[in-house]
Amino acid sequence: MLQLQAVTKTFGANTAVHAASFSVDRPMMIGIIGSSGAGKSTLLRMMNCLTPASSGEILVNGRDITKLRGSEKRDWQSHCAMIFQQFNLVPRLDVVSNVLHGTLNRRSTLSTMFNIFPQDDIVHAIDILDRLGIAEHAPKRAEALSGGQQQRVAIARALMQDPTIILADEPIASLDPMNAQLVMQALRDIHEQDGRMVIANLHTLDTARRYCDRVIGMRQGRIVFDGTPAQLTTGVARDIYGADASFSEATTSTQIETLEPRPKVAAAL
Amino acid sequence: MTATSHTNPDRAGIQDSYLALARSKRWMNLVLLILFVALLVGGFNTAGDRNAGGFWDGLPNVLDFPADVIAEAIERGHLLPGYMAKYLPSLIETVNIAAASTLLGAMIGLFLSLMVTRGLAPLPWLVGPLRRVLDLLRAVPEIVIALVLIFMLGGGPVPAMIAIALHTIGALGKLFSEVNENASLKPVEGLASVGASWSQRMWLGVIPQVAPNYVSYALLRFEINIRASAILGFVGAGGIGYDLRNTMSWGQGKFDEAAAIFLLLFLTIVIVDQLSSVFRNRLTHGLPSAKVTL
Repeated sequence: MLQLQAVTKTFGANTAVHAASFSVDRPMMIGIIGSSGAGKSTLLRMMNCLTPASSGEILVNGRDITKLRGSEKRDWQSHCAMIFQQFNLVPRLDVVSNVLHGTLNRRSTLSTMFNIFPQDDIVHAIDILDRLGIAEHAPKRAEALSGGQQQRVAIARALMQDPTIILADEPIASLDPMNAQLVMQALRDIHEQDGRMVIANLHTLDTARRYCDRVIGMRQGRIVFDGTPAQLTTGVARDIYGADASFSEATTSTQIETLEPRPKVAAAL
Repeated sequence: MTATSHTNPDRAGIQDSYLALARSKRWMNLVLLILFVALLVGGFNTAGDRNAGGFWDGLPNVLDFPADVIAEAIERGHLLPGYMAKYLPSLIETVNIAAASTLLGAMIGLFLSLMVTRGLAPLPWLVGPLRRVLDLLRAVPEIVIALVLIFMLGGGPVPAMIAIALHTIGALGKLFSEVNENASLKPVEGLASVGASWSQRMWLGVIPQVAPNYVSYALLRFEINIRASAILGFVGAGGIGYDLRNTMSWGQGKFDEAAAIFLLLFLTIVIVDQLSSVFRNRLTHGLPSAKVTL
């Protein structure tokens, strides 16, 4: 259903993504890992058409979405939800309005200006917020919520779009371990219960292993690993991050269960 | 524990109260819209009633003047470059008045803006009085100040410069202080923690953050001041406005020269606009040679 063929993005002399190709035949949860600047964000942004691809094709059910323009492009974007590291909500509007923004592709500019949304949509938005456990914050301004709550509002906005694919660009990089777990579990549940494809850029290996069915590793714009979490050994991870033998996963882990003090650190304390 | 198994027992209550809230907001919007339209129509009618000649009767004649100017300018188009060269010195005088008054007004306005921004002001009790001073500077039309000063100091560019600078202090002081309000206080706190004085905190903690906005407001003000100093020429402050008044009078047959002056003013504004966008880009994004970072 999703097929990338030699997708490339160049910014001037820099190549952010170099001939990325992979294909997905059924909805699954995919994690993309790699160090900063490896091209993970650019790859997701090209799938959402936020950034135009320089060359290559992104086929969704046989249609190349990189060629879409105008209202066809916006229609694709409404079916391909995006979640950002910094949430990208409208801070001064209330939570429900932010969730209702997921329906903007179907609404006219005039009704948007007067903030008029159908009653069914409002009820549905609050149902989604309830599913994510934040219904009681419905009338508050988005900026009044904590980071973890704001990210769940962003997920609610994505669900309001009723998308086939959800792209998440470092969804937990700004969150503490507890909220990170809540957000990742919410994404996993959305995949399992609704059968939506989820593609997430992740900055920790344990998150990718724990929540994803398939892991793609990127290094300097190229896809260097594509396999199951089980195939993602420490050696492979070192290759992806270009790290030497001193690289240890435990130091980057955000998982609560693995946070046992290492003997050396404990002794130093 | 899964996030999605969570349900709030009062979901229906939350939905009802939010829907009620949305309804009342919608009513409020409708009332405001009706009020807005009523004010628009009412204001227009009031202005129309007080109009000496009658708005609707005069409307067809509005285009007579531009039509005459354009007709004469086209007829004697070959003379326009000569006129432009003739009036260039007066244009330079006008731009000079505008530049001096903008520079002076921006510097004093910058200082006053920091004095009237709550959270930054060193003397909080002065915030209110100083704001009233800024209001006063904006309230008195610059042409009034210029006329008084011309009466006392005699005609010439200096009274015009002072008059425009006073208005600029009022306008930029207010705009700059609104920009200051949106500046992050974190760098200011960081500098306070090392024992920096008020002026040091402002110079290093606030001004670098807001400088691009300052520049765009100041350059917009420069454009406005070019026009203002041209207008002040009408009342004897010199510059291109004086020439414009002489050539614009009906029946002199000098509309071609007026057209040349309009063109000069237009080109000046275009140049200022282009320069300001180049300058602002450089200030916000660094030099154009800087590399794109991912």
